[in-house]
Amino acid sequence: MSEVITPKVNIVAAPDGYSQPGFFAASLEKAVGLARKNSIWPLPFATSCCGIEFMAMMAPHYDLGRFGSERLSFSPRQADLLMVMGTIAKKMGPIVRKVYEQMAEPKWVLAMGACASSGGIFDMYSVLQGIDKIIPVDVYVPGCPPRPEQVIDGIMLIQDMVGKETFRRRQSQEYKDLMTKYGMENQ
Amino acid sequence: MAENTLLNTINEKLKAKFSDAIISAEQNYDFPVFIIRRENLFDVVKFLKEDSEMGFEFLTTLCGLHYPDNKGQELGVMYQLHNMPKNWRIRLKTFFPIADPEVPTLTSLFSSANWQERQEYDFFGIIFKGHPNLKRILNMDEMNYHPMRKEYPLEDGTRTDKNDSMFGR
Repeated sequence: MSEVITPKVNIVAAPDGYSQPGFFAASLEKAVGLARKNSIWPLPFATSCCGIEFMAMMAPHYDLGRFGSERLSFSPRQADLLMVMGTIAKKMGPIVRKVYEQMAEPKWVLAMGACASSGGIFDMYSVLQGIDKIIPVDVYVPGCPPRPEQVIDGIMLIQDMVGKETFRRRQSQEYKDLMTKYGMENQ
Repeated sequence: MAENTLLNTINEKLKAKFSDAIISAEQNYDFPVFIIRRENLFDVVKFLKEDSEMGFEFLTTLCGLHYPDNKGQELGVMYQLHNMPKNWRIRLKTFFPIADPEVPTLTSLFSSANWQERQEYDFFGIIFKGHPNLKRILNMDEMNYHPMRKEYPLEDGTRTDKNDSMFGR
């Protein structure tokens, strides 16, 4: 008889807490962070070649599903992470901003590639010189375009931030000041 | 039809009809190029389109020109016309001062001129007189200059990550 094959499935470990028979006590913040970081819904805002690398990253070979992010949200209202991938023309700027404003808190932004991060090779009148001119960015992934591994690395950095997110950070003065700097009201 | 023959045929036709409208006529590689006075431009194009022998019924493209050193003739427009049955192609150019950037619109002759003229307005600030909808087409509406004019720098002034010392400048 053949051996029973147990599937190799990794399940995230429980947060630090106090466990006795019948109960488990942990910080709610950490438990929520754990749930959030392993079920991030990204909104792909793909405008050019970085979008192609992103598609490779979502496909089975690299498989972002392993990180709990296989469900893309094409509605900003349900998305947790805005992924801006590609050149953003100045004319496109207000649209990126509107998408960001429509996302519900808490929200994160990842700028993928040289163009989204700094304008890249397009140092010219028509291109926004980095999306951080109009919206706050959490993680920049350099490259032209970055390889899928690099983007996964960026997503893991986002996951780290999401896991450590405290309930009060978005109410903090620092966060409000950041939003004011970008001319946005804190929701 | 040999290249120079086409140039001469059209040149003679235009000379007969618009005696002083043609500033120059020459062969640039495989293109006959005519420089036309701005005042006669519309009539010349209309004649070239509607004359049964000429029959240039297709406006291939048009584009703005800016030569800052040609004082009094800084701006210009280039038109490419095509006679499809005979496969004749010609180029027309017209020049005018940057302080008075007006040319007649060709929208009443070629519908395709509508968007092309808007583009040249957007990038060069050329006013196409009589155009039905002369507003920016590619750049954002808030842009307050015409970026293809050569007095403006190519690079964006808001760029912050470029340190000149790293680029040997």
